[in-house]
Amino acid sequence: MDYLIITAILLAVLMLVMTVIAIIHKKMMVAILASGGVGLFASVLYLLLAAPDVAMTEAAIGSGLTTIIFFYVLNRIRSNDQQKNETAK
Amino acid sequence: MRNLLILVLLAAFGLMLYPIISEFSPNEGLSKVSEYYATPANVATINAANLVTAVVVTYRGLDTLGEVTILFLSAAIISFFIKAKESKRKLRANSEILITASRLLLPIIIMLGVYIFINGHLTPGGGFQGGSVIASAVILLILAFPEKPVNRKFLDFLESLSGSVYVAIAAMGAVVGLGFLDTTILPKGSFGHLVSAGAIPIIYSFIGLKVGAELSNILSQFRSVQSE
Repeated sequence: MDYLIITAILLAVLMLVMTVIAIIHKKMMVAILASGGVGLFASVLYLLLAAPDVAMTEAAIGSGLTTIIFFYVLNRIRSNDQQKNETAK
Repeated sequence: MRNLLILVLLAAFGLMLYPIISEFSPNEGLSKVSEYYATPANVATINAANLVTAVVVTYRGLDTLGEVTILFLSAAIISFFIKAKESKRKLRANSEILITASRLLLPIIIMLGVYIFINGHLTPGGGFQGGSVIASAVILLILAFPEKPVNRKFLDFLESLSGSVYVAIAAMGAVVGLGFLDTTILPKGSFGHLVSAGAIPIIYSFIGLKVGAELSNILSQFRSVQSE
């Protein structure tokens, strides 16, 4: 029982660390990966809290789908910025 | 000055939320609604081994229909606003490891998704979980083979078909006279078997197909606007 509680606390701390990284990191790429990491740790935490169905959804959507969609959007924003810079020059 | 204001605001917010922690007491038993769901008579009526599924599909079936509608609306809005331009992207060739591994893993992941939603009434999981696992297989497909076109017509067809079948099964309950979204219109079967629990496996399979098709469609829409 104690072992489970310690693991849960560790996971929660890791989630918080990932969240802070996602907020304050300068590089967008690292921030997106960190926000995906929050979902990954959250899904393991849900599994420990006896909610396996929520864990499945969180692992697939929270850390897979949203990360990919964020990357797609980031790629679009970057290519738009590049085009603007080229026209400005 | 501004920092002081923020500090005061934070302190006030903490003070507001403090009673939640100080007066917290864990639940000793089930709440009244969950007790009603978990009574042996009700469990025997639904006959699903996974009580969560029984609640989600039967008692809260209308909520599930609402969730499916929300997902459908968001997919429709995304495909309304994104207009695909067919132009080639110049991409680095993928590594051999990714391509080989995804060839091996893709069928297994899709199989796992199908397993999760077909066994939704027996083991943890269900339509939404299985659908999102299938969508994560589509992510792997898109990452490993960026040139490969996704058959969007088929996805659209699958999505509309499974949505219509879900609503038709839900309406069937009203036609038979048991009530909208009642899953006991089909025979109950024996507890714990694959074909049991009335219409729950059928409804969850169609929800799984619908969610998988919708999420894959959204992903392929986003991919199609990357080339510029």
